[in-house]
This record gives sequence, structure tokens and C-alpha cells, in this order.
Amino acid sequence: MLHVLAEQDPGELVQGLTAVGRGIVYGGAAIGPGIGIGIVVGNAITAMARQPEAAGMVRTTMFLGIAFTEALALFGFVLAFIISG
Amino acid sequence: MMLGLDFPPISHAVEWPDIFGEGAFAVNKVVLLMWISVLLVAGFFIIAGRKQQLVPTGAQNVGESVVDFVREGIIMQTMGKDGLGYAPFLITIFSYIFVCNIWEIVPGAQMPVNARIALPALMAILVWLVFNVVGFKNQGIGYLKNVCFPPGVPWPLYILVTPIEFVSVFLVRPLSLSVRLFANMLAGHLLLISFAVLTTALWDATKIGAVLPFALLVALTGFEILVAGLQAYIFTILTAVFIAGSQHPEH
Repeated sequence: MLHVLAEQDPGELVQGLTAVGRGIVYGGAAIGPGIGIGIVVGNAITAMARQPEAAGMVRTTMFLGIAFTEALALFGFVLAFIISG
Repeated sequence: MMLGLDFPPISHAVEWPDIFGEGAFAVNKVVLLMWISVLLVAGFFIIAGRKQQLVPTGAQNVGESVVDFVREGIIMQTMGKDGLGYAPFLITIFSYIFVCNIWEIVPGAQMPVNARIALPALMAILVWLVFNVVGFKNQGIGYLKNVCFPPGVPWPLYILVTPIEFVSVFLVRPLSLSVRLFANMLAGHLLLISFAVLTTALWDATKIGAVLPFALLVALTGFEILVAGLQAYIFTILTAVFIAGSQHPEH
């Protein structure tokens, strides 16, 4: 294992680790918002099913909630591109 | 069998060569599309509003449904009657962002203007200026107090709440507003590029294998129309919410 590592060009290792880091950054950033959007939309559907006449108001609020929750995942997405080896 | 899948680096996907001009004022495809969008939106609404009829037809019909959507679907839901004065601003933002986004799927253009941070950042700064000016105009210097010290909080919590509120209102709001639009459009653009590259590579290699990615490409193109409209809607509704929040202090 060490022999293999020693023979490699250090630049290659940095490149590989950068790719791994990007994957971890975006993957990690997507976990929380994924759960969050699920909760937001699920509860909005429950509300709409219980009170169909309030569907318009619930939908507006749902999109607002999605937008705020989704922002965190998008920060991760942008950060993954900013990371450079 | 190994397929030589040659995915272009991110810089090739969003950077375009200069068409004319030099240095910081050089004009490339993205700037051209941005200018065309301005002309399209302005021209459309001028034509739609020129000959107003009681029973709308053609352009006036479409224009009226856009205005009605923003007034009923966004302003009345978030700001109430007080916000109707901001309708021209919000309608402009909504239609301009939508046209800028829709270039993503127009054959020949296929580059959403908002996939570069410049335009979303500029619009977020504009929105930031508007909601702060509205806040100071309606509440005077008390606007700062209402933002930093929201009422109904036990006073020891202000040590925690005040810095969080200040950062989230004055710094994170414009940042998240611009990054949300930018990252959504960039992600959609990259998604379409990936499937287009995959389709051509599989077509060269196996012919029959290209059917599945091509079908997905078509489906994703439809999905991106939805995303373009949704992002314009979300940007506009967040602008409306921010302005409504600075119009009236929270109770």
C-alpha cells in the first residue's frame, strides 16, 4: 500500500482527494435539506387534504418553506465547485 | 467495453468566448442573451398594453394573465392590499427572470443567463436595497430596532437572537436569494449537458443504447421548463415577503 502511494505523483493524490472532498461536501449538504423538504411537503399535503379550501394559501407557504430549506443544499452545491485542489 | 465518455470541465459549460469588445466590457453570448431578454420583455409588454380592449386577445391576453398571476398569486397572498403598489416591480422581476431562465432550453441558445452569478447577484442587491429603503421609509430608525430586537422575546435571549437576526436579514438574505437562483439554473444546465454528452457517446458506440438517455434528456427538458418558472416564482415571492416584512413591523 505504501509502495503504491510512494510511487504516485503527489499531484494525483491531491486531485483524487479534491474529488472525494467535493463529493462529501455536496452529499453531506444534501442530507438535511432532503429530510427537511420531505417534512415541509408532507405536512403541506396533509394540510391541503384536511382543508382543500385553504390549498392556495398552503401552497404559497409551502413554496416559501421549500425555498428556505433548499438554500442549504444549494450552498453545498456551489461550495463543491469552489473547492479546488 | 470501455466507453470514452468525455465530459467537458465546468468552465467549458458556462464560459463563452467574447464576441466583441475588450476586457471587462467584452460582450459574449450570455450578455447578448441578457440584452435580448430585456428587449423581449419590454417589447412584449409594450405591445400587450398598446391597444387595450375589453375582451383581450393575443398578446394582451398573455400579458394580462402574467399580471393577474403576480397580483393574485404572489402579492395578495403575501403582502395583502398594501403591496399592490409594488406590482410593476414584481411583475418586471418575474417576467425578466423567467425569460432569462428559459434560454436554457431554447435550441441554439441553450444557456440560462442566470447560470452565471452576475445577474442573480445584481438582482439580489437591487432587492436588498428596495426592502431596506422601504423599511427605513415606513418605520424610520425603528426599522433597525424591529429587525434586531423582535418583540415577544425574553430579554436574556437577545444576546443570541440579535446577532442571528442581523446576519440573517442583512447578509444571508441577499446571498441566499442570488445563490438559490444561480445554483438551480447551473444545476439544470449541467444536468442537460451530462445527458446530452451521454447520448452522443452512446450513439457513437452502440446506437441502440442512446435511446434511454435521449428519452431522459427529453423528459428533463420538460422538467427544466418547470424549474425556470418555479425559480422565477420563488425569487418574486421572496422579494414580496421581504418587502412586506419591512413594510410592517412584526407583532
